[in-house]
Amino acid sequence: MSKTIRASTTLFIFLVVWLTSLTVGISQQRYFAEKSSVTFFSDGVIEDISATNAKVTSIYDITTGEIAYLISIKDFQFVNKLMQVHFNEKYMESEKYPKSSFQGKVSGFDATKAGSQSVKATGKITIHGVTKDVEIPGTAELKGSLVFVKAKFPVKLLDYNIKVPQIVWQNIAQTVEVTVDFTYRPL
Amino acid sequence: MNELEKETKSTDYTFATFKGTRLVNGHTIETKPAGSLEFIFQHRFGAVNGGLYEMFGLDEAYVRLGLDYGITDKLAVSIGRNSVDKTMDGFLKYRLLRQSTGEKSFPFSMTVLGGMAYKLSPKENSDVSPEFESVDRLAFTGQLLIARKFTSALSLQLVPTIVHKNAVDQSFEKNDQFALGVGGRLKVTKSIALTTEYYHNFSMMDNSPYYNSIGFGIDIETGGHVFQLIMTNGFGLTERAFITETTENFFDGDIHFGFNVTRTFQLKHQK
Repeated sequence: MSKTIRASTTLFIFLVVWLTSLTVGISQQRYFAEKSSVTFFSDGVIEDISATNAKVTSIYDITTGEIAYLISIKDFQFVNKLMQVHFNEKYMESEKYPKSSFQGKVSGFDATKAGSQSVKATGKITIHGVTKDVEIPGTAELKGSLVFVKAKFPVKLLDYNIKVPQIVWQNIAQTVEVTVDFTYRPL
Repeated sequence: MNELEKETKSTDYTFATFKGTRLVNGHTIETKPAGSLEFIFQHRFGAVNGGLYEMFGLDEAYVRLGLDYGITDKLAVSIGRNSVDKTMDGFLKYRLLRQSTGEKSFPFSMTVLGGMAYKLSPKENSDVSPEFESVDRLAFTGQLLIARKFTSALSLQLVPTIVHKNAVDQSFEKNDQFALGVGGRLKVTKSIALTTEYYHNFSMMDNSPYYNSIGFGIDIETGGHVFQLIMTNGFGLTERAFITETTENFFDGDIHFGFNVTRTFQLKHQK
């Protein structure tokens, strides 16, 4: 008798767990970036430098808040192509460190609310082979089936071991401003 | 993150195999990107073994002023003027193949070059001989530049070359001359590299008064400039002049100091 109860209890627990995981599976909403742009801007003494990368891949899960992006350094497009070569060859060393990434969680986003909301992303950012814990403020907005995520944050070159030779010191700011702009569609 | 890694399968083209469009005297596989204009100032002093009287060569100077322009990322055009033989030269350079890794992988880069040079010296055709015509002042160069960037520091280049001169003294020189250029660069720091280049002329006749061209250099890059400090055994800066008409022997101390200085201007702002 007691054996049967135990067996059915086990079965019941198993069923509950299985059903719960199923419902979680259904409600999990994963989004893939269909349009992306990561831009950085350096406010130099002699000239301002900026470059945009429109080939960033990113996944965002609005239920768990998990977000990740992956950038190929070579895909940053500069107006001045020589700067692009120097950026890859001398500063970012893209042959050695071809990718930059962010992996973390977005908190403060309520998918049931309309309009742009202030959110915060916490996680690990990797630039030039150096990984750091960061907290990035930004905005997120659900419009129809699309999710728009935007953020702007400073990156200090020395934090990521990016060395700028003295001779061009004045030309390149020691802190660059990075702007992230993603448009996600459901996966 | 693994999903993202899978998503980004692409071909990575090797860039910056060399710092400049010139290695020492000759070309590299590099061309200027679309809309970029490069002003190149090349300069060779006299031979250092001229002694104090010649201020170790500094009293003499030969110059080539040139402009290189990238029509597309693959096609470049250049014009120049070299004070040696008062030569006007021009060429087209086209990147046929690019070294790459990733989905489409290829082991080396290849660029083809076609150029011509016109000697303005001597001033009158009749100064040479009564039969000498203006067309005899022309020389043509065809090159296949093949290079591989082995590591981010080391790049090597092979350059099969043909130089055709419309008029030569056939008693010691051929009209068509075949040569092979061998060269390389080794980066010492992010901005400084050592370079070397040697052109072996296979068509040189036994009684030829000429030598093979050899050169060593240091590339220093600062922003939009590339400075190349050079030691070589000639002063000519067109292929005709340095591949087929180098008159001095490097190992006899006929060494010329010189430099190439380039400045790049981005003219076209592409989106």
